[in-house]
Amino acid sequence: MKKFIVIITLAVLGFYLGETFYELGFGNARFEHGVKDTYLEKTVSELHVANTVTSIIVNFRGFDTLGEVTVLFLAATALGGILYKKKHHAGDRSVLFPASRIVMSGSKLLFPAVILLGVYIFVHGHLSPGGGFQGGTIVATGFLLMLLAYDDFTVSHHVLSYVESFAGIFFVLFGLAGFCNGGTFLENFMPVGTMNDLFSGGIIPIVYILVGFKVAAELTGLIYTVLHEKD
Amino acid sequence: MTYLILIFFLLLLMLVAAIYAIVQKDLLYAVIATGVISLVLTVLFYLLQAPDVALTEAAIGVALTTIIFIITIRNTVRHEDDYNKKDDIKSAVE
Amino acid sequence: MDEKIFEIMQFGVYTASILLILIGLYAALTKKSLIKIVIGLSIVDAGIHLLLIAIGYINLGTAPIFSPGYEDAAAKMVDPVPQALVLTAIVIGFAVTAVALSLVIRLYRHHHTLEIDEIKNLKW
Repeated sequence: MKKFIVIITLAVLGFYLGETFYELGFGNARFEHGVKDTYLEKTVSELHVANTVTSIIVNFRGFDTLGEVTVLFLAATALGGILYKKKHHAGDRSVLFPASRIVMSGSKLLFPAVILLGVYIFVHGHLSPGGGFQGGTIVATGFLLMLLAYDDFTVSHHVLSYVESFAGIFFVLFGLAGFCNGGTFLENFMPVGTMNDLFSGGIIPIVYILVGFKVAAELTGLIYTVLHEKD
Repeated sequence: MTYLILIFFLLLLMLVAAIYAIVQKDLLYAVIATGVISLVLTVLFYLLQAPDVALTEAAIGVALTTIIFIITIRNTVRHEDDYNKKDDIKSAVE
Repeated sequence: MDEKIFEIMQFGVYTASILLILIGLYAALTKKSLIKIVIGLSIVDAGIHLLLIAIGYINLGTAPIFSPGYEDAAAKMVDPVPQALVLTAIVIGFAVTAVALSLVIRLYRHHHTLEIDEIKNLKW
C-alpha cells in the first residue's frame, strides 16, 4: 500500500518536471544578452583571466565561495565531534591485515607524482581547467592512497589544523583588505597583468591557492578521522 | 550521429547501474554501483563541455565517497537483512 | 522519421537525469536499511547536478576557456554560470553524505540494528 502511494506521487512529480524541461528545449540559446554575456566579456577585457569559471567563483560571486568554505569546515568539525573516542592510539585502524607488496611499493612511487599534479592544478587555476577545489581533492586522494597502503603512515593532526585555520584566516583578511582603497569586500585591488601570464588577474590566483590548501587539509583530516574508527 | 549513439549508451549504463544499486541486497555491490554512476557522470560532464566540473566529480564521486561508504559498512552490517549481531531481545524474552 | 529520432535522442539527457532523481527518491522513501537511504540521497545529488549542467548546454558550443589568439570567441561558448554553481554543490553534497554516515555509525553503536522500524520501537 505504501509503495503504491509512493509510486503514484513520484510519477506525478516526474510528469510535471518533464513537461517543464521539455518546454525549455535542449541546447538552444534562450536570451539575447543575458548574464553570461556580461561575464564572458568582462573576463577578457577587465580581468585578463583565461578561465571564466574561475573568475565567476572567485571574483564575481566570491562571497558564495566564502560561505561554501565555511560549510565544509563545519561538516569536518561535526564529523570529528560525532565520532568521538576517548583515547587515540597510534595503531588503531579499521583494517584487518596489511596490504600486499605490490600495493606498498607502487604507492610509494605514485605519491609524490599525485601531490605534484594536485599542486600544479590549483596553482594554474586561472589559465587552464582547474582551480582550488579540484587540486585540493586530488591532493586528498594522494594522502588516502598512502593511508590505505601503509598502516604506520601518520599525518600530524596539529599541522593539518594549523594549515586549514591559517588559510581560512588569510582568505578573510584578503577580503577585508579590499576596504583599503575605498572598495567593497573581496574587491580586486591588485594590478591586473597581461593575459595568460602566471601573475595575472589580481587577487584571483592568491585566493584560489589559499582555497586549495584549505580544501586539501580539510578533506585529509576527514578521511583520517574516518579511517581511525574502530569498534 | 555516432556522438548521439555514444551519449545514449552512456545514459543507459547509468540507469542500469542506478537500478542495480537499489535492488541489490549485498551492500558492498551497491556502493560499487554508485561509484560507476559517478564515473559515467564524469564522462558526461566532459561531453557537455564542462571540464572543471568533470575534474571535481572524478576526484570526489569515485574515490572519496566510495571509501567513506566502505568504512561505514566495515563498522556496521554487510547485508541489508542482517538484523543485529547480538541475540534478538524478543526471542530472549519468550 | 530521421528528425523524430534526433529529437528523441537529444532529449535523452533530460529524461535520464529526471529518472535518476526519481529512482533516488524511491530508494530514500521506501527502503528500510539506513545505508540504502543514504545511497538513495547520493543518487539524487548526481541526478540534480546532471540536470543543472544540461540546462546550460548550447548546440555546437565549446568550453568557456579562452585560448591565446582566440580572445573573441565568446559568442560560441556554453553557459559558465551553472558550472560554477554545480562545482560548489558537488563538494557540499559529499560533506553532507560524510556527516550522515557518521550518524549511522553512531546509531548502530547505540541500538545494534540498522532498520528504521526497530529504532522507532526502541524508544523506551
